[in-house]
Amino acid sequence: MIYLDNSATTKPDPSVLESFNQVSNQFFANPSSIHQFGGTAEKLLVTAKNQAADLLKVDKDEIIFTSGGTEGNNLAVKGIALEHQNRGKHIITSEIEHPSIYEACKSLEKLGFEITYLPVNEIGVVSVNDVKNAIREDTILISIMHVNNEIGTIQPVEEIAAIAKNHPKLFFHVDDVQGLGKVSLELMNSGIDLCTYSGHKIHGLKGTGMLYVNNRTKLFPLFHGGSQESSLRSGTENLAGIVSMVKALRLIKEKEKNNVQKIYEMQHYLMDELDKFDGVIINTPKKGAAPHIVNISVPGIKPEVIIHMLGEQNIFISTKSACSSKLKDESKVLAACGFEKGRTTSALRISLSYENSQEELQTFIVSLKKAINEFKKALE
Amino acid sequence: MEFDHILIRYGEMALKGKNIKQFINQLQHNVQQKTKEFPNVKVKRTQGRMFVLLNGHEPEPIMEKCKRIFGIQSLSLAIKVDNEVEKIKEAALYALTQADNAKKFKVTVKRINKDFDVRSQEMNQILGGHLLTNTEGITVDVHHPDVEVKVEIRKEATYITSSVVPGLGGLPVGTSGKSLLLLSGGIDSPVAGYLAMKRGVQIEAIHFHSPPYTSERAKQKVLDLAKQLAKFGKSIQVHIVPFTKLQQEIFREMPDAYAMTIMRRMMFRISEKVCENESILSLTTGENLGQVASQTMESMHTINEVTNYPIIRPLVTMDKQEVIEISHQIGTYETSILPFEDCCTIFVPKSPKTKPRRDKVKYYESTYDFSQSIQEAIDGIETIKITDKKAVDESFSNLL
Repeated sequence: MIYLDNSATTKPDPSVLESFNQVSNQFFANPSSIHQFGGTAEKLLVTAKNQAADLLKVDKDEIIFTSGGTEGNNLAVKGIALEHQNRGKHIITSEIEHPSIYEACKSLEKLGFEITYLPVNEIGVVSVNDVKNAIREDTILISIMHVNNEIGTIQPVEEIAAIAKNHPKLFFHVDDVQGLGKVSLELMNSGIDLCTYSGHKIHGLKGTGMLYVNNRTKLFPLFHGGSQESSLRSGTENLAGIVSMVKALRLIKEKEKNNVQKIYEMQHYLMDELDKFDGVIINTPKKGAAPHIVNISVPGIKPEVIIHMLGEQNIFISTKSACSSKLKDESKVLAACGFEKGRTTSALRISLSYENSQEELQTFIVSLKKAINEFKKALE
Repeated sequence: MEFDHILIRYGEMALKGKNIKQFINQLQHNVQQKTKEFPNVKVKRTQGRMFVLLNGHEPEPIMEKCKRIFGIQSLSLAIKVDNEVEKIKEAALYALTQADNAKKFKVTVKRINKDFDVRSQEMNQILGGHLLTNTEGITVDVHHPDVEVKVEIRKEATYITSSVVPGLGGLPVGTSGKSLLLLSGGIDSPVAGYLAMKRGVQIEAIHFHSPPYTSERAKQKVLDLAKQLAKFGKSIQVHIVPFTKLQQEIFREMPDAYAMTIMRRMMFRISEKVCENESILSLTTGENLGQVASQTMESMHTINEVTNYPIIRPLVTMDKQEVIEISHQIGTYETSILPFEDCCTIFVPKSPKTKPRRDKVKYYESTYDFSQSIQEAIDGIETIKITDKKAVDESFSNLL
């Protein structure tokens, strides 16, 4: 199998699975139970949190374990909105956010919030000036993703953070689900108040995630109950999931430090080869994009057909992001870039991980060429 | 270009007359100890200044460490450049752009090295002009600047700083002797320990452990608190006293209303013995006047009778709210409020005496021989060295 859909999800690392298994077997006690067994579980939880905090270079009290990116994004957006609505009801976000931001914002509109959806330029980047100009007296939140999940462009979140720093009344949230482990982002003293991470995008397990909430930021919780996770996220901790995710975090950080060049090289190879194809447009910019995503359009073809043709040979890529693939129409992100319909409705996404190899990509290129040619022949 | 030095200013210590040398040596030693995990870091001193040379390490984590060292009045990230106008200009611009919320600035040039050709006043103008032309939306305000770009032209080099971060003040830990902190696990005693450390005291801790009435988690909680305190000083020896038998005897043999007072006296007796063994000259407690029934003047008078060691009570005049605020600042609050029984809460008599009398206590204590149990408690002491290093629990290391 050649798996090139790593932005949808990644294969769990075997040692991560092993940790999950061991913790489930040996430390299944509830960390809130006061017996010794519960004490051990709690100690493991604290150890995991300390390690996560160290890896992200933040304070341990600033990490909230969640069930994943969607929960983290919802907790950040709705948590700020509900907690600080007396200060103002205006939120700034972009047109290319993940549905868990976009739809959360849409839902807040029904509660009387006003949302500014900022446009992007032709390579899918939000303008820092637009953000600056959109800030109002009653703005309480800016939420901008770090790396776009469809085309991989990196948003200027550091510059936006610097602006946010000058507006102490608002909070700045970054959705870094796609960037973690590939494009580094410093949190400490950055001006970023909240940051969402997901476990299964870094070879952890589904149902695990983290939200960074810095010490100055207060949120209204989505889940009330037994006051776990500093009362921000009640519910018995998913200890096995948490421990395994923190291990995945350690592993991906090591890979990022030592091997990120490898992904860049694979991406360059892909782009060079795809450039030679007739009728293929590369949507991912050559500069200013994350290393693991290559988005292309092949106007005139039906992307699903290509997906299935490749799938028959055990090669897996995707159309637009898996999360919005159920919507029939065009790619919202590509439309936001201002591309014409032929391009926005024929997009394919190839997304890499540290596990992929050059040979796999060679095979993929050959198969893709064949698939496109066959498709075109059938039309003639 | 990046910040390559941390400038350390020490305040009160400058007033300390003849002892100044000892204080500064201790401070330098403490800074060295706290930055040991960063292999290339060097700590140097030149006239009235201390510098941490980062040698390629990232400044933030080292700043965080230094912010928790007593004896430091304030800290600044600094850039060291050669005594050349162009290099100083470049560094000053970098320093300004790195400062938070910089809208209005001023430049202050100190020319300590009189061999440097350009005079301070002139240098001020050169730098001010350079900063104005190379930034946007930032103006000069010499009276109320957000940022003061300080340029010190010294003999060996020029140092440039832009923001000043307050330190903790106080005196370097280790300059005021050792004290034994009675560490219970509540909110007060860690704060008391912190405040003693602030005055340069090195602390050891004593904790009374009564299994199975108190759990391993209660003990762990105390060790966690000690670890948090160790971040502000040296490693801390924690003496864990097995207290179950003695405590049972007290509550069995002594009148209910006096049991608490007598238990506290026993704790002081045992603590004094530990002091003798460890060459410690005083006790530190989190006692406070009138906060709970046992902390009355009468109670203090009666309990204090058993020792003539000085007892440092940093919290004695504080309101509870003040203590809680400090415990938040020093990061012990969340641990302190964890709901585990400790030796003071497990055997609470129905109506403890709020005004115990020395003569009565003496009489009750004379009716029963505790000496053997006291000795057993002392002999059974387990001493654990707590450092602020992150110890990954061995049994978990393969999981994470």
